[in-house]
Amino acid sequence: MTAPVETARPGFARAAPAVLRQAVTVLGSLVTIVVLWEGYKFIGDRTDDTWPLTNIGLPVSSDDLTMPHASDIWSAFWAPVQRGGSDSLAVFLVKASWFTLREAALGFAMGTCIGLVLAAIMLRSHFAERGVLPWVNISQTVPLIALAPIVVTWGRTNGWGDTLSVALISTYLTFFPVAVNGLKGLQSPQAADIELMRSYAAGWRDTLFKVRLPAARPYLFPAFKLAGTLSVVGAIVGEISAGVRGGLGRAILDFAGRYSTGPAKVYAAVIGAGLLGLFVFGLISAAERFFVRGPQGSGT
Amino acid sequence: MKATWKKCIVVLAAMALLAAACGGSDDDSGDTAAAGSGDAGCDSVDDVALQLQWFAQAQFAGYYAAVDQGLYDDRCLNVNIVEGGVDIVPQQQLASGAADFAISWVPKALVSREEGIDIVNVAQIFQRSGTLQVSFADSGINGPADLAGKKVGSWGFGNEFELLAGSRAAGVEPGVDYEIVQQNFDMLALINGEIDAAQAMNYNEYAQVLETINPDTGELFTAEDLTVINWNDVGTAMLQDAIWADGTRLGDAAYQDITTRFIAASVEGWAWCRDNSADCVDVVLANGPTLGESHQTWQLNEISGLIWPSPDGAGLMDQGLWDQTVEVATAESVLAGPPDASSFTTEYAEAALKLLADAGVDATGSGFSLADVTLNEGGE
Repeated sequence: MTAPVETARPGFARAAPAVLRQAVTVLGSLVTIVVLWEGYKFIGDRTDDTWPLTNIGLPVSSDDLTMPHASDIWSAFWAPVQRGGSDSLAVFLVKASWFTLREAALGFAMGTCIGLVLAAIMLRSHFAERGVLPWVNISQTVPLIALAPIVVTWGRTNGWGDTLSVALISTYLTFFPVAVNGLKGLQSPQAADIELMRSYAAGWRDTLFKVRLPAARPYLFPAFKLAGTLSVVGAIVGEISAGVRGGLGRAILDFAGRYSTGPAKVYAAVIGAGLLGLFVFGLISAAERFFVRGPQGSGT
Repeated sequence: MKATWKKCIVVLAAMALLAAACGGSDDDSGDTAAAGSGDAGCDSVDDVALQLQWFAQAQFAGYYAAVDQGLYDDRCLNVNIVEGGVDIVPQQQLASGAADFAISWVPKALVSREEGIDIVNVAQIFQRSGTLQVSFADSGINGPADLAGKKVGSWGFGNEFELLAGSRAAGVEPGVDYEIVQQNFDMLALINGEIDAAQAMNYNEYAQVLETINPDTGELFTAEDLTVINWNDVGTAMLQDAIWADGTRLGDAAYQDITTRFIAASVEGWAWCRDNSADCVDVVLANGPTLGESHQTWQLNEISGLIWPSPDGAGLMDQGLWDQTVEVATAESVLAGPPDASSFTTEYAEAALKLLADAGVDATGSGFSLADVTLNEGGE
């Protein structure tokens, strides 16, 4: 545990090109997607939706209703969401994302806590591990759409708000990776480290917080990233199921129901959901860099 | 390292708090009811939760208008309109006590009743069915008999019985003489030519076709491009949106009184929408920030046509149409047998109409006729 060496700390001069490289990669992949999309449409338009020089049909019809032009999707973002209204679709989607993000954050926080506690319990007792782990696994085979209406009905009869119901649905998805990966991480320290703690007469709790939890970080953060994106998925599914207004789930369902009259809007809403997931992922990645690879992150 | 973990826990806790705080403060953001006010000289105000079948749209304009115009307040009610969702079955919400009243189609609610849910139709708001089977004119489908040999779309989930009964009556056997195709809740399959006839509500999906650009002409599709089978004309129409109440609670005098006042204010809301359609559309648009103006104007017009005129007063059950609904439902084996006599009651609707007559509200709409609505591309 020596002080970190100078070179381990990423200097600004090195960080800036990295950011630039990242930006170029993102932009490049975006351009590639648009070119592939428009290329597919172009070919489909010329060959009447068959692979060139064959009469084998393309898997997806390339007309403007099924696949609106990228430029139409782009301009859908900036058109007012309601005629005469002041908000553009982009602003509307940002507001909806903020609404969904709060539900997802609540679900993520609850799911993470539950996951960590479960992992600690399973670590403490082999009996609990054998008894609980299968149920943790089984829980994820229950389809979310079967569970969602139950949670919503509970919530409504017990008078807690739909927001909490949606967060609970999101919790259900997020606790799983944290519990499973957390257990693995807590079990990861070598026996020698644990024995060393024992020789210090350290209690179970001290060992947990001083050795096991720090050692679990490389396992936990991938789980957090997974849980973060899942929390957004859970919140959107919950919103769709319960009919909660204000979030992305409602927006997607709303536009999907009127697909034929505005296909670009559906794509725009789906892109918005993707961006929200990406944002959460980025946020947790940043936290990971801070806690795992930061100045003190050289492990045990 | 210890400090790092403390930080981590603090961050997590802060996130949880933040989320809880944000979530908590917003728990009621989905509610559209105005804060209850006792300014109508009420001794007490009763809270009522109304469960809709779907999201805010002109199909439910009367209820939103009654909230917006303070008509529920005037009847000492504080109404919270709860929108539907993909997995929300209004009858279940009513039975579980999460809602005090629910809007549901008659056949679906009767199926729930047969399954043991004690709900009662207390006001039949829609007097006609809005379900159509829409085709392009060049497919030559002008009546149920022409469905033979065609690909016919239907939403399923209890939305198909008018079609099944209507075609059988014309001697065309579903699944044998024509193919039934599961159809999404949009009109893409019809427009793309994947199906020959699509199920559509006259107030929603039918208008969606007319809001879509015809790729051949570059203009919007027009009514002349389409032919329509209207089940009201065929004689297999089934009753749709009605107000359902909790059967067990109807024994309670306070709930009976709430029911009467709720129906009265709701019908008054529908009457207001009939007489102030442009303002009513604004109310709907305010409750649905993504809805298109011309589409909702069309929808309100068609919905009004399903309600008005109501010669005996809106909300009263038309015994003939009830019988027809039950007949189709039992013939199609939707229901095992005819529902018992307590499935609907006109008691509260009659009392409500009396309240409205005293207040000088026109609850028959005898002078109503459909307006001409121009749809814009995308329903905007």
